[in-house]
Amino acid sequence: MTAVAEPTVDTSAQPWRGFAGTCWREHVDVRDFIQANYTPYEGDSAFLAGPTGRTRAVWGKVTALFPEERRKGVLDVDAATPSTITAHAPGYIDRDRELVVGLQTDAPLKRAIMPNGGLRMVENGLRAFGYEPDPFVTRVFGTYRKTHNDGVFDAYTPAMRRARKAHIITGLPDAYGRGRIIGDYRRVALYGVDRLIEAKQAERALLDDQPSTEAVIRDREELAEQLRALDELTRMAAGYGCDVSRPAATAHEAVQWLYLGYLAAVKEQNGAAMSLGRTSTFLDIYLERDLAEGRIDEERAQELIDDFVIKLRIVRFLRTPEYDELFSGDPTWVTESIGGIGTDGRPLVTRTSFRFLQTLYNLGPAPEPNLTVLWSPRLPDGFKRFCARVSIDTSSIQYESDELMRPCTGDDTAIACCVSAMAVGRQMQFFGARVNLAKALLYAVNGGRDEISGEQVAPPMTPLTGEYLDYEELTEAYGRVLDWLAGTYVDALNVIHFMHDKYAYERIEMALHDHPVRRTMACGIAGLSVAADSLSAVKYARVKVIRDESGLAVDYAVEGDYPAYGNNDDRADELAVGLVRSFMGKIRRHPTYRDAEHTQSVLTITSNVVYGKHTGNTPDGRRAGQPFAPGANPMNGRDRHGMAASALSVAKLPYEAARDGISLTSTITPAGLGRSPEDRVTNLVGLLDGYMASGGFHMNVNVLDRATLEDAMEHPEKYPDLTIRVSGYAVNFVRLTREQQQDVISRTFHGAA
Amino acid sequence: MNNAAPPVGRIHSWDLSTGVDGPGTRFVLFTSGCPLRCLYCQNPDTWHMRDGRTTTVDEVMAEITKCRAFLAASGGGVTLSGGEPLLQPAFTGEILRRCKEAGLHTALDTSGNLGDRAGDALLGDTDLVLLDIKSFDSARYRRLTGGELAPTLRFARRLDALGIPVWVRYVLVPGWTDQEADVDGLAAFVAGLSAVERVDVLPFHKLGAAKYTALGLPFPLRDTPAPQPDLVKRVCEQFRAHGLRAD
Repeated sequence: MTAVAEPTVDTSAQPWRGFAGTCWREHVDVRDFIQANYTPYEGDSAFLAGPTGRTRAVWGKVTALFPEERRKGVLDVDAATPSTITAHAPGYIDRDRELVVGLQTDAPLKRAIMPNGGLRMVENGLRAFGYEPDPFVTRVFGTYRKTHNDGVFDAYTPAMRRARKAHIITGLPDAYGRGRIIGDYRRVALYGVDRLIEAKQAERALLDDQPSTEAVIRDREELAEQLRALDELTRMAAGYGCDVSRPAATAHEAVQWLYLGYLAAVKEQNGAAMSLGRTSTFLDIYLERDLAEGRIDEERAQELIDDFVIKLRIVRFLRTPEYDELFSGDPTWVTESIGGIGTDGRPLVTRTSFRFLQTLYNLGPAPEPNLTVLWSPRLPDGFKRFCARVSIDTSSIQYESDELMRPCTGDDTAIACCVSAMAVGRQMQFFGARVNLAKALLYAVNGGRDEISGEQVAPPMTPLTGEYLDYEELTEAYGRVLDWLAGTYVDALNVIHFMHDKYAYERIEMALHDHPVRRTMACGIAGLSVAADSLSAVKYARVKVIRDESGLAVDYAVEGDYPAYGNNDDRADELAVGLVRSFMGKIRRHPTYRDAEHTQSVLTITSNVVYGKHTGNTPDGRRAGQPFAPGANPMNGRDRHGMAASALSVAKLPYEAARDGISLTSTITPAGLGRSPEDRVTNLVGLLDGYMASGGFHMNVNVLDRATLEDAMEHPEKYPDLTIRVSGYAVNFVRLTREQQQDVISRTFHGAA
Repeated sequence: MNNAAPPVGRIHSWDLSTGVDGPGTRFVLFTSGCPLRCLYCQNPDTWHMRDGRTTTVDEVMAEITKCRAFLAASGGGVTLSGGEPLLQPAFTGEILRRCKEAGLHTALDTSGNLGDRAGDALLGDTDLVLLDIKSFDSARYRRLTGGELAPTLRFARRLDALGIPVWVRYVLVPGWTDQEADVDGLAAFVAGLSAVERVDVLPFHKLGAAKYTALGLPFPLRDTPAPQPDLVKRVCEQFRAHGLRAD
């Protein structure tokens, strides 16, 4: 190891030495601190350092545990201790070598239980992996302490239950943590917890004079919980020998403090997505200061980031097999947003933006943390080229349009989960999963009956009875079904988030937000391309209805050709655009819990497979059970004019009607990007520039050959690190179910032929 | 050229492709009809003009306009390919002109066999020629393509004189185009043309075989293997030995 030993300093003295700016000193305002102090980096990747022996040794200890974890599903669980910020004793990977310390429990990869979300989920998770639920936990959460899950089912209506059971409204966070809330973990490093407590107390004091309405009482109670959580964070950190009550004084401390803030969140919340925020350029300010002071060298700077990322890679939650069927590969969505441009036009790219991406070389490709580049054609060329190279080598990066997000959520935006933009520390969302638009279309034909069970799920409507589907009739009926669906959906989400706030409130994450916070109600749609193509088939070809003896439409015969979404053909693309706009409009008609702002996403994650499984034959010619395309993707094989044409169709979907994000997953063969490695980098940069310049929002980029994936299916042991981007996140390919692997392989590979 | 009626053309299809038909992401128009019958042809469905569909320049330009921002931002442009685009010089020339007017980079993908039909105006609207030289041995060229080599070499010299950038493409077919002497001869010829920016050595593949089956035609090189990586490397090295950029 050649890294310099860090000289000890009187760390409590002058943690803000050398920092510029004033606003952030007066108020909690990390963005202002960043703007006043960061150094944009416009060079290339030549300065980066490889992994040190220390890094290799620590990472080696962790990777040695992976085969057993893969085999058993979980390595170990503490089934007896409901997790809180302080519930577990400190744990280490390699105490002597670790630079950044802190684990969710007392040992690496050992999972905790978090029953506030729902006891059944915990018990099923334990049993699935061969553990017995702890009788004490069962008694407490079964008898004395109500959970989020219990609360939701107390308040669901029969209509909501029917819609949920029929899989027309799916993936609802009614039995697990909703997630998608990003605490501003940087605040812990910049201000120290004592200062944050003061600020929270001041926010709370502002409520003292307000009449004690239900809303004010709830706010006061929540702020009290936030204060308690901050205190617990200080205590938990003290267990690791870190005094986070004061600001971080060095880069090492800044990384450590920030991580401990995040750790407190993942110790207490099993949220579907536990995203990190936008930390690289913030940390860069500390790293640059230490480099200038001679405290560290580049190798040490990289080691700190490598060590941090090792920790982020081993965040684990206990989940059930059903959950994994939806979201395979054990995702945690530790999303880190990198890059972007400031409102003043300076790129927010720093050397540490490079250092984060460099972890994919130093530690090898991996799905977590979910590295997300906020792309703009105006990013410095050196950074763009490095991103493209890392994508080509690892398929582990996703890209989101900084140009679309900045005007809406500012230049301190981070992505929660896959594509949900939010202003860090100022905004949170009520995660709403998604509804199945393709199934809804079938309900329109069948008068609200489910095409598989035959049950009346939506209120009875007149079924379409013609031999052929009539476009006008169909769209009118579809509109009625979608009206009902939007209402039932928003109502169900209101129930869910009321109960989540009540029984599983994210104390520490919200303690790292301003009060009051901006809230969005993040609805979502799945099956967009199936629905759009079905409408296109009815409009431009002829679709004959095949009914069973009870009159239920169960199949469709398409006569003639129709323009398909995904070919930059306005005839089809406008149908998809129309669906996105009209469903957003329908959502907006329904009041939301805590007056959250309505948004929607076009995102499926890996659940496109499960949605497809639960949806009958559709008028576009898709067979029952066949997977949907992921996110906003065109249906596999129907995009016949190349990747850019396919992307141009997706780019037409309006961001203003899908502020929670529009996901496109593209797979290109290496040859499909160009002949030499240099050309491939240039051309991938060009594709991203072209897509974003055309209004595209998000792109997952995989650079892979089909043959590689086929080989990985047959010989998973040869590909432990093979990472691919799916809808909005990355997965270990070999950890997907066989069905999902087949779905990925059947997708369009844009090649050079 | 008839100025009264904008030219119509026969086309096979269009695609947006990246990295294979010129720089960046490109709108590639495949015209129908080709005077050559290369044994390794991957697009037998573009041989006959009569098999294409009739379209107008306006229609093609409308399609191109829809992706203009993408093409421009990606550092790409428009490539006229085929078939042989110089079989329809008025149509091809008009599209090139309109693309230049729209500020798009233009490329012409041609065997050069009909190079004489490309007027100076057409070439003036062409930013790059992807020139497919299929063999440097006249006899083998004839057997491989059914056509003559000389017009292609003449066209290459003319492009050089006009200073139009050229990317030479060389399809490497084991047993047909892998002779060291042929490759060397071609490399020496190409190295003498200052307009040539690079040589793309394209390994023969059989991804088009299914098209022959669909058309009920025999695929002449059905049993010819794709070249081994070693061979591709050797041929690239031969070009590089002449100071050329070859991948």
